[in-house]
Amino acid sequence: MNPANYLYLSALLFTIGAAGVLIRRNAIVVFMCVELMLNACNLAFVTFSRLHGNLDGQVIAFFTMVVAAAEVVVGLAIIVSIFRSRHSASVDDANLMKL
Amino acid sequence: METLIGLLVAAPLLGAGVLLTGGKRLDRVGHWIGTLLALLSFVFGAVLFTNMLGKDADARTLNSHLFTWVPVDGFQADVGFQLDQLSMTFVLLITGVGTLIHIYSIGYMAHDERRRRFFGYLNLFLAAMLLLVVADNYFLLYAGWEGVGLASYLLIGFWQHKPSAATAAKKAFIVNRVGDIGLSVAIMLMFTTFGSFAFNQVLPQAQQASTTQHATITGIGFMLLLAACGKSAQVPLQSWLGDAMEGPTPVSALIHAATMVTAGVYLITRSGAIFNAAPDAQTAVVTVGAVTLLFGAIVGCAKDDIKKALAGSTMSQIGYMIMAAGLGPIGYVFAIMHLVTHGFFKAGLFLGAGSVMHGMNDEVDMRRYGGLRKYMPVTFVTFGLGYLAIIGFPGLSGFFSKDKIIEAAFAKGGTEGWILGGAALLGAAITAFYMTRVMLMTFFGEKRWQPDAEGHEPHPHESPSSMTIPMIILAFGSVFAGAFFSINDRFLKWLEPVTGHSEGDSPVSAGTVTGATMVCLVVGVGIAWLIYGRRPVPAVAPRGSLATRAARRDLYQDDFNHVVLVRGGEHLTRSLVYLDHSLVDGVVNGTAASVGGLSGRLRKLQNGYVRSYAVSMLGGTAVLVAATLLMRAV
Repeated sequence: MNPANYLYLSALLFTIGAAGVLIRRNAIVVFMCVELMLNACNLAFVTFSRLHGNLDGQVIAFFTMVVAAAEVVVGLAIIVSIFRSRHSASVDDANLMKL
Repeated sequence: METLIGLLVAAPLLGAGVLLTGGKRLDRVGHWIGTLLALLSFVFGAVLFTNMLGKDADARTLNSHLFTWVPVDGFQADVGFQLDQLSMTFVLLITGVGTLIHIYSIGYMAHDERRRRFFGYLNLFLAAMLLLVVADNYFLLYAGWEGVGLASYLLIGFWQHKPSAATAAKKAFIVNRVGDIGLSVAIMLMFTTFGSFAFNQVLPQAQQASTTQHATITGIGFMLLLAACGKSAQVPLQSWLGDAMEGPTPVSALIHAATMVTAGVYLITRSGAIFNAAPDAQTAVVTVGAVTLLFGAIVGCAKDDIKKALAGSTMSQIGYMIMAAGLGPIGYVFAIMHLVTHGFFKAGLFLGAGSVMHGMNDEVDMRRYGGLRKYMPVTFVTFGLGYLAIIGFPGLSGFFSKDKIIEAAFAKGGTEGWILGGAALLGAAITAFYMTRVMLMTFFGEKRWQPDAEGHEPHPHESPSSMTIPMIILAFGSVFAGAFFSINDRFLKWLEPVTGHSEGDSPVSAGTVTGATMVCLVVGVGIAWLIYGRRPVPAVAPRGSLATRAARRDLYQDDFNHVVLVRGGEHLTRSLVYLDHSLVDGVVNGTAASVGGLSGRLRKLQNGYVRSYAVSMLGGTAVLVAATLLMRAV
């Protein structure tokens, strides 16, 4: 199969993720879209790794996963605490540093 | 012998140091310390003088190099002394008359609780003036010059509790500063042109370079003239002299006779080589002198304040000297000769005026004197001899020295000679008029005494002997100095090796000049007698003619300064402030405002919405990626 197809898929997923981040208000959905973008990148890395025949891309993909996992932990904690204080998970409601 | 020159200056300087730092424990002996050190300085001067007399006329100059003050590569300012006949004349005048004034002050200032400080300042004045005349370069001369300015400021404002005295002191200092600018610029020009400050470097070079660097030398001459105008109270920087009468009377005597105002004459005579090489500057000098001698004389005619009348006369007499010095080698010797004789009679007149004030509860208005000759015989006689000397009564010292200057003015030749000679003759007539007026109003006529502000009737009495003895000595000088100097041209031969001398070709004979001077004298005295001697003097000044009123206001010199300089200065500063506000502040504030406005716009981007930040991040990333790709494509 043509490896370029993976790249198309990666670009498509990234675009969907970016669009979701920009237009959705719900923090959870925005968060999921960020994950989608990260995974789109992972896909591109792995594809390039395959194309070039070395393992650099795969190593970076693992790094990305580790970072994403850590980010999920922190991000979800923030979202939960915002929801608790504001009774809303909308990113537009949290436009001030204070309550 | 050379060390004595340093000691000459050091003695009064030591006195000033001790008296001004010694504190109250010296109050009881302070005046004796000051007087003794002034006397010591005079003794040093006399020793040096006798030593100098023992040598040949051409080998009389003493040089003494102490140390290098500013040793920078290419810029050597030395502290060194040069004592030649010209300096020697000044040294004897300064220390001699200065010592007499010190002695006089012991009595005059006896009731002043700050007498010790007064003597400290007097000593400082002497030290600065001595430094000025014995310096061997212009740089050190400048130090003395500034010292004189400082000491005069301190002494004129000695009674600083009087606002008028404080103002007068400031005025004297500021006007002097204007002149000082001239001297400093002249010194800078000398250094850039000749590479030195020393007299024995600058002056010979000035003579040689008179054709090649004519413009520069003329510039130096004009700047030196400005300096002399400031110190010697010549038009246009004359306005401080009248107000300087706010100081105690001995100070006036010191400023007018021995120090300060003579410094300008010294400067011009010392820099003779420069002026000889710059005829335009010389013309300016004689013009200033001639204008001032008439100006001062006219002002002197209208003043009712005895000290201010004498101040006008000083201005006028210094005008004679400056004019003579501006005549070049024809006049240098006579300028200095008149300076010395003037030192005697003017000091005598001022001390006499002080003695009169001392007896009259410090009254200075001559309209409230009258008939004092019976009550103050010694003052009357000494003041009278000074009066005869200043108007040029035949045989007294003023007669010889002033006559020589008038002759020299005619000897200048051409139209210029006639104008200058005419001005000098007219000045002699006016001098006779106003001095006779002072004499008649003070010592003759009926009593016009009035009680002072506290209601004390004046009880005129002769002053103590500490005051009368200096007056008597000065009166001797006023009578005999001129004749002594003139017999066998003694003074001329003494000073000629330093200043040079040439006889001009006068269109009129010496006898004619003397005759004309005598006619002027008689006319002046006669008119004064008609107005003030034959008729009683009104105790309150009449309104007077337009000319009288103008002269009373010093011919509107202060008004002129106020309108032209003060107002002009105010307008200048106002427009500068306006420029500062509109242009400089405009640029600064405009920059601040535009930065502020821009950041106000930028601030709106920070709206707190996460999604808008995400857009900017995405946009930024897109731009970066695009740029990277573009770079690669190129």
